[in-house]
Amino acid sequence: MHHYLHDISMVFAGEAGQGLQTVTETLLRILHKSGYCVFSCTEYMSRIRGGCNTTEIRITDKKRGAYLERIDMLFALSPLAVEHLKSRIRSGTLLFAEKTQFAERWDEHYIDTPFRKFAVETGSPVYSNTVAAGIVSGIIGLPIERFTDYLGEQFAAKGEDTVSKNRIAAKLGYDFGRRTAADKAILLPSPAASGSSGRLLMDGNTALGIGAIASGCNFISSYPMSPGTGLLTFLAAKSKTFGIVVDQAEDEIAAINAGIGASYGGARAVVSTSGGGFDLMQEGVSLAGMLETPIVIHIGQRPGPATGLPTRTEQGDLNLALHAGHGDFARAILAPGTLEELIESMQHAFRLANRFQIPVFVLTDQFLLDAITTIERKYIKRLPFESSIIKTKAGYQRFAFTDDGLSPRGVPGYGDGLVRVDSDEHDESGLITESFEMRQSMVEKRLKRKKALSDAALMPTIIGSLSEASTVVIAWGSNRGVLEEALALIGNKKLAGLHFAQPYPLNPEIKPLLEKRKLVVMENNATGQFADLLSLHTGRTISHRIVKATGQPFSVEEVAEAIKALIE
Amino acid sequence: MTKTPTRFDMPLTTDVAWCPGCGNYMLQSAVKMALHELAVDRKNLVMVSGIGQAAKAPQYLNAHMFNGLHGRALPAALGIKLSNRNLVVVVESGDGDMYGEGGNHFIHAIRRNMDITVIVHNNMVYGLTKGQASPTSQRGMTTPVQVEGVMLEPFNPLAVALALNAPFIARAYAGDVEETKKLIMQAISFRGFSLVDVFQPCVVFNKVNTYQWFKENTVYLPESHDATDRAAAFGLATATGKLPLGVFFRSEGRELYEDLIGVGKTPLYKQKPPDEKAFQNLIDTYR
Repeated sequence: MHHYLHDISMVFAGEAGQGLQTVTETLLRILHKSGYCVFSCTEYMSRIRGGCNTTEIRITDKKRGAYLERIDMLFALSPLAVEHLKSRIRSGTLLFAEKTQFAERWDEHYIDTPFRKFAVETGSPVYSNTVAAGIVSGIIGLPIERFTDYLGEQFAAKGEDTVSKNRIAAKLGYDFGRRTAADKAILLPSPAASGSSGRLLMDGNTALGIGAIASGCNFISSYPMSPGTGLLTFLAAKSKTFGIVVDQAEDEIAAINAGIGASYGGARAVVSTSGGGFDLMQEGVSLAGMLETPIVIHIGQRPGPATGLPTRTEQGDLNLALHAGHGDFARAILAPGTLEELIESMQHAFRLANRFQIPVFVLTDQFLLDAITTIERKYIKRLPFESSIIKTKAGYQRFAFTDDGLSPRGVPGYGDGLVRVDSDEHDESGLITESFEMRQSMVEKRLKRKKALSDAALMPTIIGSLSEASTVVIAWGSNRGVLEEALALIGNKKLAGLHFAQPYPLNPEIKPLLEKRKLVVMENNATGQFADLLSLHTGRTISHRIVKATGQPFSVEEVAEAIKALIE
Repeated sequence: MTKTPTRFDMPLTTDVAWCPGCGNYMLQSAVKMALHELAVDRKNLVMVSGIGQAAKAPQYLNAHMFNGLHGRALPAALGIKLSNRNLVVVVESGDGDMYGEGGNHFIHAIRRNMDITVIVHNNMVYGLTKGQASPTSQRGMTTPVQVEGVMLEPFNPLAVALALNAPFIARAYAGDVEETKKLIMQAISFRGFSLVDVFQPCVVFNKVNTYQWFKENTVYLPESHDATDRAAAFGLATATGKLPLGVFFRSEGRELYEDLIGVGKTPLYKQKPPDEKAFQNLIDTYR
């Protein structure tokens, strides 16, 4: 008997090029339209064909943002998959595989599942994906119409023959799934009563892009690098509709310099890259600091140093963003952890960049960007539009001294003033100076905004109840979902969590939240970069660090175990 | 040296960092006069440069200015032009900045073909860092670093630009302010990427390529040169002997990057975020 009343964890595993993405997307769409809460994340190798990639789908009664170590159903599309996932396969795991593919590796406990056989019967091995999705739909007990309707919409453009062949493959798979479900007595949760109305399904890249569009972003220049490319691709796809200028740069250095040039001209500019690409962009960060020109920099983190693990995940670039560029100047770093926060962070980044005329970073990672989950439409926030651009008058000085260090920002071609900016130390009008007094005043001007920037910093999200907690587990960025679920799983009132969607600067108001409690920081890097930052800026000692730098995200179970080990 | 007052002159009190006798002064006069005679609207003119002595040129010209990082004048100019295509964007920088540190950007700026003008102060030496070889230094010139003389083949900007099909390519000699001005006027008026490589003596650190040397080793292209003949231009750019000056190549009608990627007439600073309806339509695609 297999009862999955609240939570099923399914994994699809196979070679690159076998169409895992297609199966997953098809299923996610159908499950979403059927009203289930779904979460899906993916891990893949840095190759175009072969190897072993996996995608996990969780069907849950609550919204979740993390993956489980536990696998309830494994759909192994190649023998390598079993080897790859052996540590996660338990006695209760139902393993679906096609016997003819496995030869001597076959284990009698596996369920012989005719993915390819049915596809070939339908007319071609290309239908294997549809068969697989059909089998899963059958097991879960979705109405077959939901699936065949979806196929009709999906393949309408490809003609009636494609639609009908896919429907045949789906039906073969579906019936097999129903028989298996009956045989194994699988019981599943019924969809949430609310259904899917008001709920949207998307990945992190999409949410980030929606945030950019919401904020009026109209310029992106970037050089492709995983996992930073998704934002470039998304904005390119929407460029015509929303008037976004998209430039694929010759390198990252060009990308950020073009972004700053565009921002000087009045664009709302973003650049997107990963740590290795950002290494090259650092000169642009200090340029933005000197020119007091807004620029939003998205870093999709992956393991480093150097090329690292190109398709894997890590939170290893906090120190890089924090220290990039030479000299002293203000900056802000955001690190969203959910779809809602991705949408909001991007808007917040543009507001901060424009208000404070500084570089602002948005740190994400492969796990967060590629994960697909649901978001309640009502939680999609649009922040009010702010522009710092003024119409200049004759005699305008771009770097005029003011009380708060922020000079009114003019752009060329708007007003009678001249907008002169220089990367050399300059006076109020932008002309080069080597006056020590002017230098001192300019340094102070550039730093004066730090106070207001800190005061405007986002407060962390409190998970659970701080009042009763003796231990606080702290996370930032993509670890919000896993921390929430791990704490819920442990269910100990002595524990609470804090999630920082803005790791820098830290709001001075956070201090009381950290007092008189044991602090534990969990993060997806080797040394605990945020733990160091937090300790440095608050003077508080971090008792424990839960770190992981294998290239994988944390699973719910491993975080729960690590926390339990600390409190026992 | 004659100096005609123009609308682009800075106040006389401006502290100019160039050495007395530097070729930069003459080139600066030619640029200002060209802009003046073309009646370019100062409010729409952005002078862009990288780093170096030549890159200080925009500091001494009364217009909008973006003096960025070493080698990065062209990416900055790209962003500026794409943010507001009504702006006249003129890039002015040195041979080290444009052909050395910024070499990759030089290649790709030509491939893009934006409507910008690039004026390169080519003095065949690194002046600001005290006399090392530049990409265009001639073989054999000794320097504090190239102690046995420059061993490398000089970078040939005209031949490279021709190979990449830049639509307007000219070479000038700053010592002839009047002709240089005319070439710059043509370049700025040209619709598309225009390159003017300008020989300009460094009186302190380049003792080989002096005013006298340039006078003796340059010659204006004959009237008979057909500037639409790319093969002939390539021949002239790679020939040995006296170095030709003038418009090597000019080809009208190549598509602009701005048009190819659909940059509208409205400057980006005027754009507002999408209205709520457009935004909700976007959201709807993820239902």
